[in-house]
Amino acid sequence: MSESVYDKIGGEAAVNAAVDLFYRKVLADDRINGFFEGTDMDKQSAKQKAFLTMALGGPNNYTGEDMRKGHAHLVERGLNDSHFDAVMENLGATLQELGVPDELIGEAAAIAESTRNDVLGK
Amino acid sequence: MTKVVYQGRSYERLDDETVLRCLLRNDIRAPYSCESGACQSCTMQATKGAIPPNSQEDLKETQKSLGYFKPCVCKPDGDLEVVALDDAHQQKHSTTVIEKSFLNDEILRLRLSSDDSIEYRAGQFINLFKDDLIRSYSLASLPDSEDALELHIKRVPTGLMSNWLCDDVQVGDQLPIAGPMGECFYHEVENEVGILAVGTGSGLAPLWGVVRDALTQGFDKPIMLFHGGMTPESLYYVDELRELEKVHDNFSYFPCVSDVDESNLPAGFSLGFPNDVAFSKQPTLSKWQVFLCGHPDMVNNTKRKAFLQGASLSDIHADPFLPASPT
Repeated sequence: MSESVYDKIGGEAAVNAAVDLFYRKVLADDRINGFFEGTDMDKQSAKQKAFLTMALGGPNNYTGEDMRKGHAHLVERGLNDSHFDAVMENLGATLQELGVPDELIGEAAAIAESTRNDVLGK
Repeated sequence: MTKVVYQGRSYERLDDETVLRCLLRNDIRAPYSCESGACQSCTMQATKGAIPPNSQEDLKETQKSLGYFKPCVCKPDGDLEVVALDDAHQQKHSTTVIEKSFLNDEILRLRLSSDDSIEYRAGQFINLFKDDLIRSYSLASLPDSEDALELHIKRVPTGLMSNWLCDDVQVGDQLPIAGPMGECFYHEVENEVGILAVGTGSGLAPLWGVVRDALTQGFDKPIMLFHGGMTPESLYYVDELRELEKVHDNFSYFPCVSDVDESNLPAGFSLGFPNDVAFSKQPTLSKWQVFLCGHPDMVNNTKRKAFLQGASLSDIHADPFLPASPT
């Protein structure tokens, strides 16, 4: 198997650098920050790290079923494609800001994109 | 075959099994999520045995020093004794009240001495026991230069513990405590540029410890302390903090009051909530260490805003003073 984006950009250290940037963008984004009202920020930040690790092809044990269960309460509150698109945009902007080459951003986006139906409960 | 010891019982760990899987297989309801060391939701504390370094990766330095580790990626070579974080630090100490004085109408200062040497960091908190009641109080004292433990207790109108402490407890009485706990203390961080501390009411207690601890450690970058209350009378240690301001050029103190007319504002006081005043004086917080203590709404809102203004989450130390749940 070829090397993952996760390994190419520097593994866990790179993800640690990306987490604050990414989470800050998400929280500042009025299209989606309503879904994060009242959540524990430290726990949420750790979840963002798990998400980024997965999107970059790093070690993770998330299944489609986990994604489905983890977001079901948000789908009930109206989580839809437009919100998923907003998260994808923030993901791309974060990796760009960190100087990750475009083709690797594309790979990460493809992995994240593959979770869309599970996240949105389709 | 090695063992995992949890709540006094030993469980045999299968070859290649993680500590988390071993506990789950034995029907112990341990929290977990990602099982790959990323989400930290399963974090526990090891009290005996060698912790493999990979299971501590990316935890805060303070947490590592306390023996925190991630059981979902932990396959120790030998036996490991572990506790859930909720159960950690429950060792009780007996203390004696050596001083009792009121700092203003609603805040009591207690000083306690103990025969045990209690190791703590300025800003951590302890649990105080009265029969079945348990309440958490922050430590305002400095461990190295002050022998007594100092607590600031706010009288809550219907509070079972606070009214008992304010009205009935006498100098010489014994009070059982447990702890210390919490991560609201100063530790050096690379490239830090300043400390911003915001507290309401008795939330000054840990900040009084943290600020003096940082100064004692020789922290020479700006330290800004914002203490808020409704009226000037609801604040305390105003003279002491102004004195500290005179001694240390890098320390500035901002008493903030929210419920007075501008015309009645005493000299040197700011009008408004302390978090609002703080952001108006220091709008960008990249590389700042931020300490937030007191009213839970203030703490949670300010934490979010401080993060959006550039502070790293690992540099925000938040200590919401939650009201006791009715018993």
